[in-house]
Amino acid sequence: MKPKHQRLILAILALAALIGAGLLAASALREEASYFYTPATLAKADVEPGKAIRLGGMVQKGSVRRDADGITVHFIVQDRDATQAVVYKGITPDLFVEGSGVVADGRLDANGVFVADSLLAKHDENYVPRELKDIDMSTAEHSKDTLAE
Amino acid sequence: MIAEFGLAALWLAAALALLQAFAGIGHWRGFSPALASLTRPVAVVQGLLCLISFGCLVWLFAITDLSVLLVASNSHIDKPMIFKLAGTWGNHEGSMLLWVTVLSLSGTAIALFEKRLDHQTLGAALFAQALIALGFFAFLLFSSNPFERLDPAPPAGAGLNPLLQDIGLAFHPPTLYIGYVGLSVAFSFAVAALLTGKVGPAFARAMRPWVLLAWIFLTIGITAGSYWAYYELGWGGWWFWDPVENASLMPWLAATALLHSVAVLATRDALRAWTIMLALIAFAMAMAGTFLVRSGILTSVHAFAVDPERGAFILGLLVIYIGGALTLFGLRIGVVREGKTFALLSREGAIVGNNIFLSVILAIVLVGTLWPLAAEAMGDKISVGPPYFNQTTVPIGLLLMLLLIVGPLLRWRDDSLARHKALAGPALLFLLVACALFATQPQAGLWPILSLALAAATALASILPLLGRNILRIPLALWGMALAHFGFAVCVAGMAAEQGWKVEKLVAMRVGESAVVSGWNVKLDDVHPVVGDNWVALEGQLLVRRDEDTTIMRPQSRQFSSPKQQTTEAALLTRWDGQLYAVIAAPSEGDASDRWQVRLWWKPFVTLIWYGGLLIALGGAIALFGRATLALRKRRRDNPWSLA
Repeated sequence: MKPKHQRLILAILALAALIGAGLLAASALREEASYFYTPATLAKADVEPGKAIRLGGMVQKGSVRRDADGITVHFIVQDRDATQAVVYKGITPDLFVEGSGVVADGRLDANGVFVADSLLAKHDENYVPRELKDIDMSTAEHSKDTLAE
Repeated sequence: MIAEFGLAALWLAAALALLQAFAGIGHWRGFSPALASLTRPVAVVQGLLCLISFGCLVWLFAITDLSVLLVASNSHIDKPMIFKLAGTWGNHEGSMLLWVTVLSLSGTAIALFEKRLDHQTLGAALFAQALIALGFFAFLLFSSNPFERLDPAPPAGAGLNPLLQDIGLAFHPPTLYIGYVGLSVAFSFAVAALLTGKVGPAFARAMRPWVLLAWIFLTIGITAGSYWAYYELGWGGWWFWDPVENASLMPWLAATALLHSVAVLATRDALRAWTIMLALIAFAMAMAGTFLVRSGILTSVHAFAVDPERGAFILGLLVIYIGGALTLFGLRIGVVREGKTFALLSREGAIVGNNIFLSVILAIVLVGTLWPLAAEAMGDKISVGPPYFNQTTVPIGLLLMLLLIVGPLLRWRDDSLARHKALAGPALLFLLVACALFATQPQAGLWPILSLALAAATALASILPLLGRNILRIPLALWGMALAHFGFAVCVAGMAAEQGWKVEKLVAMRVGESAVVSGWNVKLDDVHPVVGDNWVALEGQLLVRRDEDTTIMRPQSRQFSSPKQQTTEAALLTRWDGQLYAVIAAPSEGDASDRWQVRLWWKPFVTLIWYGGLLIALGGAIALFGRATLALRKRRRDNPWSLA
């Protein structure tokens, strides 16, 4: 084989590998990228149970309730127009308080309850869900469950 | 005064970078011997000036000079000294100054130590290095001046994010930066080789130690960063596919590929264009990583600077340098002649496979990291997390391991598998481990079992290249390769064991109550307050027992005073077969009972992940040492009277 041909083969090989990588990434993204919703957009969207999504909004005042096991916590996330029930098992972030903002990773269950794998709380009195896109995670406090599989 | 002095040194260094660029051209084109003779000294002085400037900033942080804006907004008079010093690079401007200092010192190192590169290519390389430095000097001086004054000076300072007040911060960023920015040398060499057209074994042998050195630091930096996130964040994970982690992984993947292909170029004079391309990509990834982290464009715990102007500035630099390098590649690669050919089944073929798999993983990580940005530009808010990265990179990583078992045994140019009966050993071991685990531990899942079996096979295969040789005459570089491959197997074994066999328990406990996790009995003995330098904490006292083994663990929930923030300090108990990881949280609002939330993990053999990483780096260091002494001995032989 001539060197020129081998270089051509290598270039084609590299190109094919990159296209393959792109296709693999695209198909995995379609399955696994999780969209962000507020309670209002979630109510309108038709999200199937079990699909990984993120939910952001304000923790409704007076909605936080703990089960007898001391670990499972139920609360309601609200924005201006809608509410969404959330259940979470784990240590809540230190900044997780009623009336402040929260972003949860998780999925809807069959009953329409949002099951959170992890919570991200932001402490800001003037927090409004409409401005969620401006969340500055550098001051946010994380609580990660086992990494969602 | 010190701040002004530091700033002046920085300006002077920038001016010298400009001079170095011109001198480098003179050196390369050979039109002005006087100018050319300046190149090396200027590069050295420029590096020293940067070092002085950086020293000034460290000094300002050490004495907590609050009239300097950066110190006032990131430090505090009550902070322990080690964190005052480390705080120098715990913020945007300081870490960029460190970045530029390392970049400049890389140029210094080329000027001082590079003896093998031909005269012209060296000049062109120092020219390229100066061009890169100029861009980042401009970024620092025009949009991120670390020495800006604040008038009037505040009395105390704002303090450093408590998560960053950790001994890990003292060493992690500098190590990582030496790795990142060290790759600029490979980039400059590649640009120089494109300019002069001299790509061949001599060029590859000159480039290899630089790549190896940067890669060693990158490996250590990533390993240390992973362990730091593991114990400091208190989430129990060791890799989160966080954009900042990905930003360090991507250059490592490219550098690993480059390290292998440069060996082909050095030994066999094949893969010329390929190696040049990888050298460009490796530093392009390092710069892209800097952009992702420093522009604050991605939301993550690490992104402490959110400033669109800076983002645009770095993006501009990125486009200029990467675009310029790729254009140069397109224009000049025709001048570089094709290298030698080889059969598919040969050492070269295996390394091409290695390069392709590493590049595919790199592309997948890059797409996953950037996709949320692209989606946001199109109006969708999405996030891409571990499920995406795990399901794509793990299978390809395992294919890579298959290559790693076979590749090092193959001969250069042409080979056949029939020659390598020894491969039956790893194959058999793989089947044995896989079958045994599937039979007894099916709950661990397919991928952890496959990974563990492959890791066992790879560990065995990694020593095969050493067999049949006189043990005293094996070159150090070969020892290094075997050790690095063995370390990779160890690392993967740790990942697989942690992923497949970890046990987690989350309980609410009153003082005096107990829980059991994977053979460990954990009793909450007491909870009491503790006071630190700039924090107060609630410390749990956990009495843990497994058979005869009894000990105490003390996880904390800390409240920092400046800035006000709460952190979780995990307690770790290391045993030969794994780690017990404990986190405690105070009773939450809405919980009337006096129960403490305790989260426990048993992570079998998790430490292998980091020991593996260190073994990989050690393998690299041994290879580098071996090659350096060999080169030195050769130089002595050629010229017995020289001192160097």
